[in-house]
Amino acid sequence: MGYVAVKGGTKAIQASVRMYKDKQHAAGYEIEVEHIKANMNQLINQIMSEASLYDRDLAALSILQAEGNMEEAVFLLRAHRSTLPRLHYSTVTNTRDMFVERRVSASFKDIPGGQILGASPDFTHRLLDDDQSFAGNKTAEAYTEIPHTHALDALPKVIDYLEQEGLFSKKPEDDREPDDITKQSIEFPSSRSERLQSLTRGQTGAVTSLGYAEIRGYGYSSHPNIGEVRVGQQPVHIDPFDTGDAYYIGDIELTEVEAFMPADEDDMDDLGNTEKTFKIGYGLTFGQNETKAIAMSVLDYSLEHPVGDAATSDDEFVLLHIDSVESTGFISHLKLPHYVTFQSVLDRVRQTKGEHGQ
Amino acid sequence: MRQNFAFLDEHSKKEIRRKTLKAISIPGYQVPFASRELPIARGWGTGGLQLTLSLIGQADILKVIDQGSDESVNAVNIRRLIQDTTGVKDTIHTDAATLIQSRHRIPEVPLKPYQILVLQVPLPEPLRPVEPSERITKQLHADKEYSGAWLRLFEQIMRYGSITDDADYPVLVDGRYVMAPSPIPRFDNPKLEDNDGLILLGAGREKKIYAVPPYTKVASLAFEDHPFEVESFDDVTCRESGLTGVYMDELIDETTGETYYMTNDTSYMIEEMNKEGSVK
Amino acid sequence: MKTADNVALCVRNFSKHYGEGCAYCMESDAVLDRNICPECGTIHACSDISFDLHKGEILGIVGESGSGKSTLMKMLYFDQEASSGEYHLADFLDGEADVLKLSSRQKRQIRNEILGMVYQNPVYGLKMDFSAISNIAEKLIASGSRNVGDMTATGDHFLGKVNIPLNRKFDPPVNFSGGMQQRVQIAKALSNYPPILLLDEVTTGLDLSVQADVLELIKEIQRELGISMVVVSHDLAIIRMLCDRTMVMLNGSVIEAGITDQILEDPQHAYTQQLVYSIL
Repeated sequence: MGYVAVKGGTKAIQASVRMYKDKQHAAGYEIEVEHIKANMNQLINQIMSEASLYDRDLAALSILQAEGNMEEAVFLLRAHRSTLPRLHYSTVTNTRDMFVERRVSASFKDIPGGQILGASPDFTHRLLDDDQSFAGNKTAEAYTEIPHTHALDALPKVIDYLEQEGLFSKKPEDDREPDDITKQSIEFPSSRSERLQSLTRGQTGAVTSLGYAEIRGYGYSSHPNIGEVRVGQQPVHIDPFDTGDAYYIGDIELTEVEAFMPADEDDMDDLGNTEKTFKIGYGLTFGQNETKAIAMSVLDYSLEHPVGDAATSDDEFVLLHIDSVESTGFISHLKLPHYVTFQSVLDRVRQTKGEHGQ
Repeated sequence: MRQNFAFLDEHSKKEIRRKTLKAISIPGYQVPFASRELPIARGWGTGGLQLTLSLIGQADILKVIDQGSDESVNAVNIRRLIQDTTGVKDTIHTDAATLIQSRHRIPEVPLKPYQILVLQVPLPEPLRPVEPSERITKQLHADKEYSGAWLRLFEQIMRYGSITDDADYPVLVDGRYVMAPSPIPRFDNPKLEDNDGLILLGAGREKKIYAVPPYTKVASLAFEDHPFEVESFDDVTCRESGLTGVYMDELIDETTGETYYMTNDTSYMIEEMNKEGSVK
Repeated sequence: MKTADNVALCVRNFSKHYGEGCAYCMESDAVLDRNICPECGTIHACSDISFDLHKGEILGIVGESGSGKSTLMKMLYFDQEASSGEYHLADFLDGEADVLKLSSRQKRQIRNEILGMVYQNPVYGLKMDFSAISNIAEKLIASGSRNVGDMTATGDHFLGKVNIPLNRKFDPPVNFSGGMQQRVQIAKALSNYPPILLLDEVTTGLDLSVQADVLELIKEIQRELGISMVVVSHDLAIIRMLCDRTMVMLNGSVIEAGITDQILEDPQHAYTQQLVYSIL
């Protein structure tokens, strides 16, 4: 054969990948996955939540491989997720059974079971500290012994108090099978289960920004009250043979938020007056992700109770734009070659010049 | 880490194949599917790739092209992933392939009955430029209400004197569904019609699969007095091969500064140049 | 059931309620609190409305806000779904089909081909950012036209008819005054010569002199094209000027109907009397 294809693309790609991998470790300081797992808890929490895959080891590996790039780490875990068959769904798990490690209410000072500040960076001073030594630190076990008057795996909820006072009417329990957005794409108008799944996988920054817009002036435009933020270990069970005999498969760390939103009662009273009441926005994330969980509760509320034309009330706008893998993928694809389409654009631009230039 | 054959778990592949069958049964209709994340980024061809991965078998022969070229970096990257997880043979020759994944082009060589062409789709909704909401566009398709798509072209004629839609030019499939053909140039639109092969289109980020089955009527939207026009390469000859009547890349000669043209479908160009008595 | 020979549109027992309804209020003789059921709170926006629109006539519907006249209009144009009733159009399958039972696609087709609608607020009837001429073309495209030359000629004709200077036909209505927007809307609604035109409070909010122009225009078009029209207004003066026959609505029901002159000269219902005497 006379003419042969140039293998330029293959060679260029191979060289580029090699260069990237070499550069990654050029300085020669190697860290182990175990180091990341031990020292980068908050990053792991955030990545597991956005990846919707609960595995601290794989999350740590993804951080190492992605050189600490959040979006890349989430992307790695999501791609890995696609190789795994879904073998079981867990049974319904109730956060009343959570072993609570931290729990605060912004609404009531004294809550049954008490406020539990737990481990949080909230009240640290953000001063750069170049003396980061952990050698003298106590191990985690030393903290679990703090005595408490209530059983930590059966704490009452703040929401119960509102209900007793008649300030919140609990919705009837919805026992329908939730939609699974990893098995069936979201159809609009979306169901609440689709919204909650989508929000909890959302990119932390995107969820936070939209939640912020919703309360700052484009939607609810008012201050929600955090009834309760709780962080703790949640037991998970499966019932593989559907016998009602569930097996415990482990605990996962969760953050749960119930936000109280003052709102109008749906129905008027007997005299035709509208009463005020509280409605609930709900947030739940893998790992300790308190800001995201709060923002999620705001968006859950805004999508459940739309206000006018606010973008944050539009389920398509919110749900189709908060996914980290989708948004970063589409934005980054813009740097791929578009020679063919650009040639087509040129043709049309020249055509209009021809038509109007004469 | 050990990988599955063709990366995805078998449950996912089955679901994608079921949705693909549905798409073939309703030509031009966008079938929603639960798109999986892949090791290649969203927007980089994950829709096409999921189709390919769910369809590919050990006996398949694969061709991957991007911008008309087997050697475009993105084509190389996608081919590498498919081969790393399947070990199938690849080819640059369109005729030799059983499965062709392409971005932005339909090859110059007509498809054969034994071939499947998979096109990567960034924006599957042809009505999106006139209607941002998915639930409304879904209703418009159901009602066969396509005034918006035509009106967009009409308004272009009013404003610019001609239709200015470039690539991804909308088509009406089998007289029923208006469809985005993916960002192929208008030059390739006529190849969609009455094709011997099966054309599948996959949008990963937007989670849609759709199809143009063999021998389907496909018409580019146009008006009686403003007919559909393809990109014009009428007065242009490929500098490399002497070919005419093919889609060209416009290039600049670094030494002379002159514009010249070259056949965009590189494997076709090489095949033509190697023929006895080729034009050049 | 089908439409009689001289009837263009026929409605029987049209009802629209918001809420579930209960055993009490679903009875035909239930006494409601205005249009709200005292037992279950269901709002009966329209109750049991029947009428015929004769070919070539202008039928007026008058009533205060909340009387149900706009809801009735929206049901006729399928903007809202009727809760119950029957609806026949002479120009659809010879008036034999109950069009409420059609698919949303067929309803869309009736909207596009048989009905014309002019809304009180031009925002609902026009694409404010598209040129005036494209707005008219939208209706023509929807009713099947695919010829740009024909459509621009028709557009020019109707824009001329409603006194829009042709040098402004490429401007979008967002740059027009309220009266001009309303005239573009009328031109659009008429452009495919629909047999039936629906006009909902079309002069409300316009200056008196502009009102007179628009009314004169409607009258003239009706004489010239013989289109059957339903005109909804809260203003008896407009009804008097335009309508051959009139229905008076109150709390979702028709309380009086007949020749317009007769109703104005000799109102029977106490509410109509109050309405008539208040303007004299």
